[in-house]
Amino acid sequence: MRYSLLKILAEGLKGNTGWTPVWRNPEPREAYDVVIVGAGGHGLATAYYLAKEFGITNVAVLEKGWLGSGNIGRNTTIIRSNYLLPGNEPFYEFSMKLWEGLEQDFNYNAMVSQRGIINLYHNDGQQAAYLRRANAMRMAGADAVMLSQDEVRRLCPFLDFDNARFPIKGGLMQPRGGTVRHDAVAWGYARGADERGVDIIQNCEVTGFQIEDGVCRGVETSRGKISAKKVAVCVAGSSSRVMSLAGMRLPIESHVLQAFVSEGLKPTIPGVVTFGAGHFYVSQSDKGGLVFGGDLDGYNSYAQRGGLPVVEDVCEGGMAVMPMIGRARLLRGWGGIMDMSMDGSPFIDRTSIDGLYFNGGWCYGGFKATPASGFTYAHLIARDEPHPVAAAYRLDRFQRGAMIDEKGMGAQPNLH
Amino acid sequence: MIINHPLLGPRDSAEFTYLGDASLIERPDWQAEDAADQFHDYLYLRDNPAGEHRELWFHEQGDRSWLVVTRNTLTHEITKVELARDVARSLGRSR
Amino acid sequence: MSTQDNRLSGGLIDRERPLRFRFNGEELQGFQGDTVASALVANGVKLVGRSFKYHRPRGILTAGSEEPNALLTIGEGAYAEPNTRATVAELYDGLSAKSQNHRGPLGFDVMAVNDFLSPFLSAGFYYKTFMWPRAFWEKLYEPIIRKSAGLGALSGEPDPSSYDKGFLHCDLLVIGAGPAGLAAARSAARAGAKVILADEDFRFGGRLNAETYEIDGRPGAVWAEDTAKALAEMENVRLMPRTTVYGAYDHGVYGALERTGDHLPDTDGKPRQVLWRIYTKRALLCAGATERPIAFGDNDRPGVMLASAVRSYANRFAATPGKRIAVFTNNDDGWRTASDLAARGVEVAAVIDPRDGSPRAEIPGASVFMGDAVAGTKGRKAIREITLASGRSLAVDCLAVSGGWNPNLQLTCHQRGKPAWNAEIAAFVPADPLPVGMSVAGAARGALSLQAALTEGQAKAEAALSDLGFKVSGEPVPASSDESFAVTPLWHVKESKRRAWVDLQNDVTVKDVKLAHQEGFLSVEHLKRYTTLGMATDQGKTANVLGLAIMAEQRGISIPEAGTTIFRPPYTPVPIGALAGRARGKDFRPYRLTPSHDWAEEQGAVFVEAGAWMRAQYFPREGETHWRQSVDREVSTTRNSVGVCDVTTLGKVDIQGRDAAEFLNRVYINGFAKLAVGKTRYGMMLREDGIAMDDGTTARLGETHYVMTTTTANAGPVFRHLEFCRQCLWPDLDVHLISTTDGWAQFAVAGPNARKLLQKVVDAEFDISNEGFPFMACGEITVCGGTPARLFRISFSGELAYEIAVPARYGDALIRVLMQAGEEFGVTPYGTEALGVMRIEKGHAAGAELCGTTTAQDLGMGRMVSKKKDCIGNTLSERPELNREDGLRLVGFRPVDKSHALKAGWHFVSKGSPTDMAHDEGWMTSVAFSPSLGHSIGLGFIKSGDTRMGEIVRAVSPATDSDIEVEIVPSHFVDPEGERLRG
Repeated sequence: MRYSLLKILAEGLKGNTGWTPVWRNPEPREAYDVVIVGAGGHGLATAYYLAKEFGITNVAVLEKGWLGSGNIGRNTTIIRSNYLLPGNEPFYEFSMKLWEGLEQDFNYNAMVSQRGIINLYHNDGQQAAYLRRANAMRMAGADAVMLSQDEVRRLCPFLDFDNARFPIKGGLMQPRGGTVRHDAVAWGYARGADERGVDIIQNCEVTGFQIEDGVCRGVETSRGKISAKKVAVCVAGSSSRVMSLAGMRLPIESHVLQAFVSEGLKPTIPGVVTFGAGHFYVSQSDKGGLVFGGDLDGYNSYAQRGGLPVVEDVCEGGMAVMPMIGRARLLRGWGGIMDMSMDGSPFIDRTSIDGLYFNGGWCYGGFKATPASGFTYAHLIARDEPHPVAAAYRLDRFQRGAMIDEKGMGAQPNLH
Repeated sequence: MIINHPLLGPRDSAEFTYLGDASLIERPDWQAEDAADQFHDYLYLRDNPAGEHRELWFHEQGDRSWLVVTRNTLTHEITKVELARDVARSLGRSR
Repeated sequence: MSTQDNRLSGGLIDRERPLRFRFNGEELQGFQGDTVASALVANGVKLVGRSFKYHRPRGILTAGSEEPNALLTIGEGAYAEPNTRATVAELYDGLSAKSQNHRGPLGFDVMAVNDFLSPFLSAGFYYKTFMWPRAFWEKLYEPIIRKSAGLGALSGEPDPSSYDKGFLHCDLLVIGAGPAGLAAARSAARAGAKVILADEDFRFGGRLNAETYEIDGRPGAVWAEDTAKALAEMENVRLMPRTTVYGAYDHGVYGALERTGDHLPDTDGKPRQVLWRIYTKRALLCAGATERPIAFGDNDRPGVMLASAVRSYANRFAATPGKRIAVFTNNDDGWRTASDLAARGVEVAAVIDPRDGSPRAEIPGASVFMGDAVAGTKGRKAIREITLASGRSLAVDCLAVSGGWNPNLQLTCHQRGKPAWNAEIAAFVPADPLPVGMSVAGAARGALSLQAALTEGQAKAEAALSDLGFKVSGEPVPASSDESFAVTPLWHVKESKRRAWVDLQNDVTVKDVKLAHQEGFLSVEHLKRYTTLGMATDQGKTANVLGLAIMAEQRGISIPEAGTTIFRPPYTPVPIGALAGRARGKDFRPYRLTPSHDWAEEQGAVFVEAGAWMRAQYFPREGETHWRQSVDREVSTTRNSVGVCDVTTLGKVDIQGRDAAEFLNRVYINGFAKLAVGKTRYGMMLREDGIAMDDGTTARLGETHYVMTTTTANAGPVFRHLEFCRQCLWPDLDVHLISTTDGWAQFAVAGPNARKLLQKVVDAEFDISNEGFPFMACGEITVCGGTPARLFRISFSGELAYEIAVPARYGDALIRVLMQAGEEFGVTPYGTEALGVMRIEKGHAAGAELCGTTTAQDLGMGRMVSKKKDCIGNTLSERPELNREDGLRLVGFRPVDKSHALKAGWHFVSKGSPTDMAHDEGWMTSVAFSPSLGHSIGLGFIKSGDTRMGEIVRAVSPATDSDIEVEIVPSHFVDPEGERLRG
């Protein structure tokens, strides 16, 4: 079913009785060409691009819970390609370009909204680091603008310029950055993949891998064995748990990241703003909620909940940079499990087991990567060679010393 | 969270700084033949269990002890807190 | 002024204290003890707001924090607080409230046109359109959507109120001061436990204040007041009215918000709210239950109210929501509304109960319709008629609705507890695992009768206390009636012809839930996300179970099979200002001040933030109008005579023990085993991954005594790392560490006259001549006639230089002494700018070069790495990608056209190569104008830099539109042979 304004008008006039399910709920078949483990954003995008770009449609996506239940459904919805390093920036810019045509591509309004993202800086060192980054972005074909203090003030007059502990000196802006309605991304990809014949099987937990002579031939699930020529794991947040079923240890720790949303408010914050002297970033959703977050709680956790100190720390950052939000109320907070990798960058790679592929380690930056991750993972699965923009995301990079460490924090996941 | 410091009693976890898996105590021998691989596994690979986890916390806003805390990563329940130095010695580390 | 037409007699309000307030500009009156909502009810105000999506007229639905409709902006100007629930906002004199989310007056909202378009605005309609043309989303569609969404507006001005934070500890935290909570607190208090009793209401008693029950022969509200009074007199009890316990966190820690000033016209400089962190041994949740509505046609009309809320207004606030009221209930409790109203002389038009059988009570003057249901309402801005499923119509001005009760179990879910379905009360109840240390009593657990609440409250408190080792008294439980709560679930009235609302605030109707089902959004999470059910500011308190039940019905499965939604903190929304407390503005983070700060301030220094430190950036003198003039002068004076700089912020670690040398040998890449007493050595340390971590000097003051310095930024992390090495890796090395960063004030004294200056300060018995105290010497000395000090002959500036340290308390005195002694040499203080210029002129690495991705080799110190010993980072520094031939090297740069100013952050590209990532060869890390050379200079990393001396490359900055030629040069711009520092 194709969605359009006309369709809405026609359906509205006949009582909205003609809408059909967005996806099927198929029973798993015995065998597929490709089984994707995890129907989060990346898994669904992978299935979509496998079908659409690489013509592989005999695909199942297995999901333990409901589709879109991972971090795609719990994040602060920001998209940007303001990375620094050559291993990252072309990948995220590729993702940005995919975002820019996504809705027309999968015929679903995911509310890709390029209202801009501003990273504030507060001292000369930060300014230099952001100029370096801005230039890296421009050299990778992305957009980047250095803003003076006056320019920041013009765009965001509500920031604290006069009474700040760490005065705002300027900002790095990516005008094409913005936000996307996160659930709609999962639903759009699911719908697009389903339309092309992909089986999305919810409530189907992978409990093991069928590995014979170093070759992966399928998976065991809570709904029986499913054979596959290729098995592609895509379960960020649970990567270590799932890959341990194949006997692998990963350069990943699971950490909790909290995010928050305020009550609905009339439009007050234009794009995305990040504070450079504390842990706080914010945007405002189309429904009016301030969507904001900060730093990791900092300890390994699968509990999907955070502690009070970080809530307070994040709000302190918020009040320090924009004291007008004091009377806005925090409505809801949640804690998601992050696949924190050892250098803060992800993996899209084959594994030491033939036929078993791995995608994970997205830290807290997986949402913006969803289209590119799906596309390049599909490329890897279909062609058995990495897509050029994702070539650096290898599992063996620590052995070689080829870390992609944007923050320069080294092998300590909670600092990335 | 509250960490029951073996010397100081219960303390809010906000007083501490977290490092990670207590296996970081077991630094490999630099002269081993496969030292490069051992160091790689030591520094970069993690069990990352969903359940009981032994981990290193530093009492930064306190007495500067490194502690090994046994904590469940699913429930955050803490079942044991030891001085890291004692743990290191019990693992045979000395000089 | 309105006349409070709907005021009844009695109630828990103080008629001696009338209060004036304004609603949308109209002046009204209420009484002390009113909420804004009850005062509006008393004044006969029905229409109080507009709904989120369709802008439907809305009235007050509840009398508590679950309110979805009556959200007002309270206060004026910067004090205006949007989305405030009128049902919990205490009335004060002069309060000003405004309705929200309408264009034009509340009565004639032009956005109400949305309601007529509703067939096209069904759940998720926006996912299916607004895609073409692409650019129209940001420019047209989205701005319209954004403008019409949202509820209240922020003022846009900084929040003028102050907030505080506090910490509390107790044996038992009782959450909720209704009958269960009061009984629990009473019993726990008598056992001698430290008890905190918190309730979101300003009056203890919970439902007792709204009902006509009796306890021990007294009216319930009186029993509550007496009990609270008795508790207030006990030292081991802390009563916290107006306090919402909003979150249950790990290990028995609870978050609570106390509204200390929101009920006052003026907080008089005191905090408006206090955020408490409560550390508990046990907690007892006595949060009661929330009544839920039934969905039927046009059930969102102003005047449709929860039955329990009608009782609250009538009994507690002596205000009737209508003059002719009908009651629609599927349970016995709802009948109490009819009885209570009738007893207060309010006309009850009818009781409609979908259950069969005989009426549950005798209601004078009321028609009773058993086996019938309300299927629709009429009236534009307020209800004036209801239509029953049987077809009858009745004229009413208020409809009280009860669909049963949902326990307030939110806090039991904050640690991932999943509620269980209880068929008897047709509601979810708390289930294991509860948060550690928490138990639940009374209606919050599903025990809905008053006697059950009292009994459970006391029993659970006693159980918790016995657990903690208290002796409990086992006194008799207060006695009350044990009334019936029998309920037969009815979620929505199928005979309804028009839209029936499930989530009032977000405008989710039964149709929307059905559409979600039709489109395959079956899981409760999909339902929630697709329709926005339960996502509004009331967090679905009245809507969630209803929505779930309707989905279950559609799917033909039971409610528990359909699932439940998990509750997350906070229980009710918490202001961001309260969560931030006092950490805002200049108080966002503490300032660390150097020992010479006061003195520098006297000199008119300009300061700069360096992490938490404030450091003097430069010292402008009269006539200097640009910072560069001051900095150039400070550099020139230092290079030509002498300058003094406060370097206290550098990290200092005191290292002692027999194995101190061995320890240093293992944490630095270069050898320290042979450093002689009285000598200082530069050291570089790596992280275990082989990347440069920090550098600095370490001085050997004695046989077993060393002092290490670190960079300012890494003082904390390096100390932590050293303790890790000491305690975890080599626990038996005899070495001890103390951070002494704050213990010593340290000044660099640099320049050709540095020695002459110091000789005037250092006590005569210490020989600091070039021979007696050569380059890299160190020693413990005295200054100014016996003041202990440490002297290091080290140089960051490249000049003949010393660093002199005295106990921090002498720092202020020492800077004054140094400056006085230096007067004859024309000494200058210099700040971080001049410090930076001089270190760049000398090619020393600092923060921009030690950026966490560079190796010792990149920094030109590859040869320092000793391969003969183990040290942290040694093994992994040998990985191939860190040792590429074409790896980055730190080198110097100068502009080919010397008039150009370089900028840190530029990238390097070979001449003739395109400006793209594939041809990116490195970047400029630090730049300065060198007064010594008269032009701009820079340090930077470039591939194979050490072999490319003299090559001209392009320094490009596409982000700032610049592209100039620079020459690769050695990084030592000044005195490359290092003669000055040895002089």
